[in-house]
Amino acid sequence: MALLEVTDLNVHYGGIHALRGVNFSVAQGEVVTLIGANGAGKTTTLRAISGLIKPSKGTVTFGGKVISGLPAHEIVALGMAHAPEGRGIFANLSVEENLEMGAFLRRDHAAVAQDKEKALALFPRIKERLAQNAGTLSGGEQQMLAIARALLSRPKLLLLDEPSLGLAPQVVALIFKIIRTIAADGTTILLVEQNAFGALKVANTGHVLEVGQLVASGPAAQLATDDKIRKAYLGVH
Amino acid sequence: MKTLAERTAAQRPNVALTALLSLAPLAVGVIAAFLLQAVLAPAVGPFYAKLVLDVGIAILLSVSLNIVNGFAGQFSLGHGGFMLVGGYTAAYLTYYGSIALWGTAEIHGGFMEGGDIFFMVACVVGGIVAALAGLLVGLPSLRLRGDYLAIVTLGFGEIMRVVIQRTGDVLPVAEAKQKGMLGSLTNVGGSLGFTDVPQYVSPTPWLEKTGHAGIFFTYIFVAICVVVAFRLKASSNGRALLAVRENEVAAEAMGVVTARAKVTAFVMAAFFAGIAGGLFGHQSTLSPSELGFQKSIDIVIMVVLGGMGSISGAVLAAIVLTLLPEALRNFSQYRMIIYALSLIAIMIARPQGLFGTKEIWETTWWRRLFGRRTKAEAP
Ligand SMILES: Nc1ncnc2c1ncn2[C@@H]1O[C@H](COP(=O)(O)OP(=O)(O)OP(=O)(O)O)[C@@H](O)[C@H]1O
Ligand SMILES: [Mg+2]
Repeated sequence: MALLEVTDLNVHYGGIHALRGVNFSVAQGEVVTLIGANGAGKTTTLRAISGLIKPSKGTVTFGGKVISGLPAHEIVALGMAHAPEGRGIFANLSVEENLEMGAFLRRDHAAVAQDKEKALALFPRIKERLAQNAGTLSGGEQQMLAIARALLSRPKLLLLDEPSLGLAPQVVALIFKIIRTIAADGTTILLVEQNAFGALKVANTGHVLEVGQLVASGPAAQLATDDKIRKAYLGVH
Repeated sequence: MKTLAERTAAQRPNVALTALLSLAPLAVGVIAAFLLQAVLAPAVGPFYAKLVLDVGIAILLSVSLNIVNGFAGQFSLGHGGFMLVGGYTAAYLTYYGSIALWGTAEIHGGFMEGGDIFFMVACVVGGIVAALAGLLVGLPSLRLRGDYLAIVTLGFGEIMRVVIQRTGDVLPVAEAKQKGMLGSLTNVGGSLGFTDVPQYVSPTPWLEKTGHAGIFFTYIFVAICVVVAFRLKASSNGRALLAVRENEVAAEAMGVVTARAKVTAFVMAAFFAGIAGGLFGHQSTLSPSELGFQKSIDIVIMVVLGGMGSISGAVLAAIVLTLLPEALRNFSQYRMIIYALSLIAIMIARPQGLFGTKEIWETTWWRRLFGRRTKAEAP
């Protein structure tokens, strides 16, 4: 059985019907990507999964347990971490304090300390900057911090919302490389991206979202060669 | 150098250590309160003793409001209202309670005897009632994201003031005895104010008259409030509040129950504002017009000036903003203009407040002045 199972997910923002029955699943150990244009509903999907908003219809199961309708903190405690769109770092807290917020619900302090070392080993640039205010980090460093922070809850499933947003090409490549490392380490990842090209390269499976509905799904390698998708999302003509 | 893992392990909460860390400064605070009352007040005389008292109440107010406006980043304009609730609760208890217990509304007994204890308990009850009011106001308005809190707390304070203004006259002793405590619940003085409250918080210098130890009482509560604020800031719950201030959605994604964190901070602040109201209300006549909108604004200014989130900044701003108008008394007709101009000047020079979110000893200039350089830091 899949680690995450999304069934007939619907979300309304007031009168706007942002998700119209989305179905997909994420198997243990897999990297799944959700691609789509601006306003397609990618962020909405992640927020509905992690409990930041309540779906109006449909169910989400995580590790066999129905979690749709649970508050966010209970979902975090079950082993899901969400690195929200726009990084969401705490600008006036130090880098180290930001990291520690990722382990907010954990009481196993010794293990947290180990996980901190492990996360920092992935991001040496962050390690050099532990004492400075997170707001003074560059955009790429902030994104690294957001990912490192999410890892500190020791998640079974990591939700990443556009980690490549607004970053220079080399930094984007670095971020994708790190995502691959995290996945190789056994963390399951649901990756939302506009950068369909990069996302389909790291993912096993891809789904294409268009105005609140999935319009294509399949192995990432196959989607990347699909003509229609190449035209619409990869900018290939 | 220790590894990160060792450092984090060393940060593990330790109950005995935490208790010591709180009790030691509290003990220092109580001793300081005693010295202010017993040594400083008689040395400086009644006029300056009154200022010492006012400064204490101001510190209590600004440090507690800083928990909401500074730590949690929620804009509350309710401190005047919570003072009003706490002050009237405490005054009602000491006035009618003293009549019921001892047959008079005078100060009862000497230093730390029956009357003083009764008064301190009344202040704490005032704080509890204010905290309950805070819960009622905070629950609906803090569950929402956005700036509803300012409007709701402003409305709350004004409603409380109007309600108090419509109450009946304070009953004289004989009538109060006859009607009993419950029967006199709505007789707290109306717009004329609550007259004849036993004056437990008179600034009269120590021992000039028994039972006058207002500075001592005030600074005990100040010490408790400051220690609580520092412990909170260092705790994981305090960190959660700062995270909410910085980015509410991200805090929620980390597992912070943001609504609960905000409401708890708000209720704590209301509690201390209620106590401050109790202290304020036992100086002389307690008048509803003194605890209106203007009072709330004054306290917000202290927090903003000190730097949102800086406890030592809130303390310093409370001291400065209480003493400044007094220092300007010689220029009485320009006083408020100079006061306003100096505030504007400070906020232009330092829009983040005097110390930003840092404590005074965490600022760069403090380190430059007093810090000892270690080898590693030396250039
Ligand atoms: N809080 C909100 N209130 C009302 N409408 C919203 C809200 N958040 C999102 N929407 C709408 O829902 C739709 C989906 O938005 P969503 O943020 O999920 O898109 P997205 O795929 O993440 O886009 P992007 O790539 O630009 O981040 C959009 O039409 C958006 O305007
Ligand atoms: Mg988005």
